[in-house]
Amino acid sequence: MLLQQLVNGLMLGSTYALVAIGYSLIFGVLRLLHLAHGEVFMVGAFAGLELVVWWHAGPIAALVGGLVGSALIGMLLEFVAFRPIRRRGNSHLAPIVSTIGAGLVIQEVMTKIFGSEQTAFPVHFSQTEYHLAGLTLDATQLFILAISFVAMLALHLFVTRTRYGIAMRATSENLRIAAVLGVNIDQVVLLTFALASGLGGLAGVLVGLNFNAISPYMGVEMGIKGMAVMLIGGLGSIYGAMAGGLILGIAEVLSVAYLSSSLRDGFAFGLMILILLLRPRGLFATGVAVER
Amino acid sequence: MTVLLQIDGVSRYFAGYTALSDVSTAVETGTIHAVIGPNGAGKTTLFNVVSGVLLPSSGQVRFAGVDYTRRKPDRVLAMGIARNFQQVRLFRGLSVLENVMIGRHCRMATGARGLLGLGIFNRAAETQARATAREMLEFVGIGARNERLPGELTLVDQRRLEIARALASDPRLLLLDEPAAGMNPAEVRELTGLIGRIRDRGITILMVEHHMRLVMAAADRITVLSAGRVIADGPPQQVQRDELVIAAYLGKPHAPAHGR
Repeated sequence: MLLQQLVNGLMLGSTYALVAIGYSLIFGVLRLLHLAHGEVFMVGAFAGLELVVWWHAGPIAALVGGLVGSALIGMLLEFVAFRPIRRRGNSHLAPIVSTIGAGLVIQEVMTKIFGSEQTAFPVHFSQTEYHLAGLTLDATQLFILAISFVAMLALHLFVTRTRYGIAMRATSENLRIAAVLGVNIDQVVLLTFALASGLGGLAGVLVGLNFNAISPYMGVEMGIKGMAVMLIGGLGSIYGAMAGGLILGIAEVLSVAYLSSSLRDGFAFGLMILILLLRPRGLFATGVAVER
Repeated sequence: MTVLLQIDGVSRYFAGYTALSDVSTAVETGTIHAVIGPNGAGKTTLFNVVSGVLLPSSGQVRFAGVDYTRRKPDRVLAMGIARNFQQVRLFRGLSVLENVMIGRHCRMATGARGLLGLGIFNRAAETQARATAREMLEFVGIGARNERLPGELTLVDQRRLEIARALASDPRLLLLDEPAAGMNPAEVRELTGLIGRIRDRGITILMVEHHMRLVMAAADRITVLSAGRVIADGPPQQVQRDELVIAAYLGKPHAPAHGR
């Protein structure tokens, strides 16, 4: 039973991790909080949903749609909510206001288009259940786990193996020196937003598949959790975000199973406070850089 | 001899303090040109102007005849001027090899074309960038430590790594800001050899250095700054005998107003 709960927690946590990685990537490069990231996640869920509703797309196509849709929204946000502020000198507060504003606009527009009701994917992609050593896994859960971990592995390979990834890590360690050394900062920032938002969009579709609770407001709670996960993982550390997401997911599921479902968020955030008391800079903090 | 870098009447003021005052000199292609002077003479300020980090209050810098005074550092680098830093500035989270690859970044297809044209999956370009980076590390003599983090290297090797990173950008002009700082005599001799080999690759060198033996052994021409002004400019033998230079360094009581 415990093992079953751990697997469920891993699945939930992997979606938190995908969202938190986005916060970490953007914070790492710009040292700025992106408070509309939850809305980017929500747009991804809708993009996937619409593909399925109108074109009867399969789960993979829905994922690609969510990824692309969110990446586009994320890049748009960089252009309208971040870049003009960066150009006028470095204010840490202004982007907080501008991204909250942008997030509200996105919510309103999506409410106008899709209504404020919760909707679900029209078809369950698979009802197949697998039984393995006492564990029960349905195909959707396996799909979520597999996609999340493949996405995280791909991100790891990207930041360690490609020159764009190396430039991104250099920029997040010291933006000014990277600029002096010829790294095109605007390009790195745009790429960072595309990646961070794309991963958020993936998470949106995955959450939509499993919980059937797609609404213009689904990003609010996820946004807060993603940010909290970044904090426990260590500011700007993508591996911290991965680990923090999994920890939060497992903590939530365990608290529902063994305590009470009404205590879910309280327990999860209590655990986070405890971690931050013991390690104020987060689990993986070694400076503020994205780690190797 | 053609002039590669022309510094023309450059002044720079910081809130009432004059760091550079009407500095002019010409760096000729294929030479090793040294800038010396007492502490606070404005050498590093001059370097920052030449590398585009700092805008001069007045005056011009020209590279191969082109005025680039207002260009941003990344454009200056792309033009062919690379530098190291007096305070070593390496990326601590990147491996030695990756640090050098960052230096190469400006020479690779980037922008929408590089990305959308599947630049990410362009294995040939990646492999070539790594090969160039390895070659540069080999060239400066730390080829065996590719996968280490910069923090694991000695300060001297970190300076070599910065030089490798600068060379990876294929510069025509290399700016070296106190490359010998913290080196023992044997290491300085090695560095002197390295600087000569860099010049032999066809790269012009402009360096700020305190280490007189290195400057006298390596430099073809020396510009002496004192209190932000040029007080001497010429071949080493001539500069060595210059009264003003001796006064500026030893602080003769009757030194002219240029001295400190």
